[in-house]
Amino acid sequence: MWKSAETLLASALLAGALAVSGMAVADPQPAKPAAKAENGKAGTDKARQAVNVAAPAATAPAAAKTIALGRPALPEEIAAWNIDVRADGEGLPPGKGSVKEGEELFLQNCAQCHGEFGEGAGRWPVLAGGRGTLKSERPEKTIGSFWPYASTVYDYVHRAMPFGSNLSLSPDQTYAIVAYLLNLNDLVAEDYVLSKENFPKVDLPNEANFYDDDRETSEKAFWKKNPCMKDCSGEVHVTARAQILNVTPDGDPPKGNLE
Amino acid sequence: MSDTSLPPPERATGAKPSLSRRRFLNLAGIGAGAVAAGGGSALAAPAAGTPDPNIVPVPDWTKTLGAPVNENPYGKPSVFEKDVVRREVTWLTASSQSSVSFTPLYALDSVITPNGLCFVRHHGGQAEIDPDKYRLMIHGLVDKPLVFTLEDLKRMPGRVNRPYFLECAANSGMEWRGAQLNGCQFTHGMIHNLFYTGVPLKTLLDMAGVNPKGKWVLAEGADAAVMTRSIPLEKAMNDCLVAFGMNGEALRPEQGYPVRLVVPGWEGNMWVKWLRRLKIGDQPWQQREETSKYTDLLADGRSRRFTFVMDAKSVVTSPSPQAPLKHKGPNVLSGIAWSGRGTIARVDVSLDGGRNWTTARLDGPATPMSMTRFYLDFDWAGQELMVQSRAMDDTGYVQPTKQELRAIRGTNSIYHNNGIQTWLVRSNGETENVEVG
Repeated sequence: MWKSAETLLASALLAGALAVSGMAVADPQPAKPAAKAENGKAGTDKARQAVNVAAPAATAPAAAKTIALGRPALPEEIAAWNIDVRADGEGLPPGKGSVKEGEELFLQNCAQCHGEFGEGAGRWPVLAGGRGTLKSERPEKTIGSFWPYASTVYDYVHRAMPFGSNLSLSPDQTYAIVAYLLNLNDLVAEDYVLSKENFPKVDLPNEANFYDDDRETSEKAFWKKNPCMKDCSGEVHVTARAQILNVTPDGDPPKGNLE
Repeated sequence: MSDTSLPPPERATGAKPSLSRRRFLNLAGIGAGAVAAGGGSALAAPAAGTPDPNIVPVPDWTKTLGAPVNENPYGKPSVFEKDVVRREVTWLTASSQSSVSFTPLYALDSVITPNGLCFVRHHGGQAEIDPDKYRLMIHGLVDKPLVFTLEDLKRMPGRVNRPYFLECAANSGMEWRGAQLNGCQFTHGMIHNLFYTGVPLKTLLDMAGVNPKGKWVLAEGADAAVMTRSIPLEKAMNDCLVAFGMNGEALRPEQGYPVRLVVPGWEGNMWVKWLRRLKIGDQPWQQREETSKYTDLLADGRSRRFTFVMDAKSVVTSPSPQAPLKHKGPNVLSGIAWSGRGTIARVDVSLDGGRNWTTARLDGPATPMSMTRFYLDFDWAGQELMVQSRAMDDTGYVQPTKQELRAIRGTNSIYHNNGIQTWLVRSNGETENVEVG
């Protein structure tokens, strides 16, 4: 018994030692892109050397500039993932699309969830309408009534829509669908063509109504020195009860539009 | 959670009879008879002088061999704990792939959430990523755009372990208009608290060399939602982590395996899962999750944006609607408190709807931006209780009432509801989500 336990321990240690040396030797990441870079990216090649050759990994202290891990990102790699579009239009790809083209694409790809006119089907999000409802009891927060920037529509439709087949729309298709959504919200005419060039000129109505978090001033009263501990109020009564609503799971769910 | 607006109370009101006793019992996840305080139940003591059948005769489990040591190579909870699970409120969202499930807070204690019970919020379903094919890219306003593998991250010097809460911005969002869901799992369960293992984001950004013009970081996920958020560079450099471990093991797939962002104290939406890209820029990107969603509409029609911090908050987890009182006499009230602004300094508990308060006992670690457990030992004579808790953090912030919040914000801001919760404990021990005034 004792001997076999000893053997087990020894082989475990050996496996550990092998694993460590294996990690130190096998470092395939720097090798691959180096070969790729010979296709003619001298600049990135230089940068790669700077990262990989900076310090011998085994003895380097943990100083940030000398960590020999990671490798330079190639321009093609950055281009493949760099899909974001900013409010000032940075990131928009070349292309254009008309309201008319957008209507066709919307009916094919979007209307089954969002309705033919962006009114929303079932519980799926409403995309158009709702202007003037933000102060009401039941605000309808759509692109036209609520969203501050048209760039967000382009970015989000391209990145995450249609739900379940995202990243499937070309730049021209995305421009067209955004043009149609702007038209549904009465922001552009039916003959409008949206493009990279005219995009930053598109303003949405609610942009001015957003402001940065101000809780530390507007809710300053919540920083209380000595909260009340005794006889803090008069008689306390129940004013609302969850059981009356009866919407907790294990009961029948209510039907309703919940976005 | 973005896709959560509130169901119209008037639609539901009167449409149904109030919660039946049967449903109440099911919800509590306990057998019939275990509820009524002092009622004849399986839990009650045998009549005086009669031997307890759980002692005489000796139970089977004491006389026969149990399961072998590797019955479950990855262990599971006792079969008697089968009701301690995440739950979904299916009517909240149009799709289960862009939805949320809730942590069963009512059944948990201490401050670490078990990995399998951590609430889940997806916007495009759970991505299944091969760790060998995982890549993290840093680019934008940097000297050297970089790509890291998972092995790179695991070999990175300066690995840390830190406990933090992650709370969905929409936690308690369904309660803005009034008491709606009956159980702290549903009213407060979009939260978990874990030990994260990972690398400070600063380490990676320093390797890439951030340009002095760089002021914001765009974090992006690799799932089918390709989730993005703009994060101020200052926060990224301060305490954000690129994490590959949770509670000592690899991240669970539903929590972003193999790598997620950790943004201590800030709304859960920013903790991008399946993190694939970090881009440095000189201004925020105004992405969907920081314009259409995760902005807070106030009563005047204007909206707060970039409301990152989760304010001090607490909830009594027991008693609560899913964890009713079962016995008169000694009882332990248990709850959790947390603050995105710092460390929980004190929690007060009221049993009379906020008229009078007693300072609770904190036990276990109380560290910045992490859950803190509190207790109040009390004797219950069977009277009706209106249980509340009120957290305070080390910045002096005191958790407000819902009325105080509504007075400033109205009822349509969806996110950031940290108002004081009230549980009504009836004389039979049943407990309900209510509001008081």
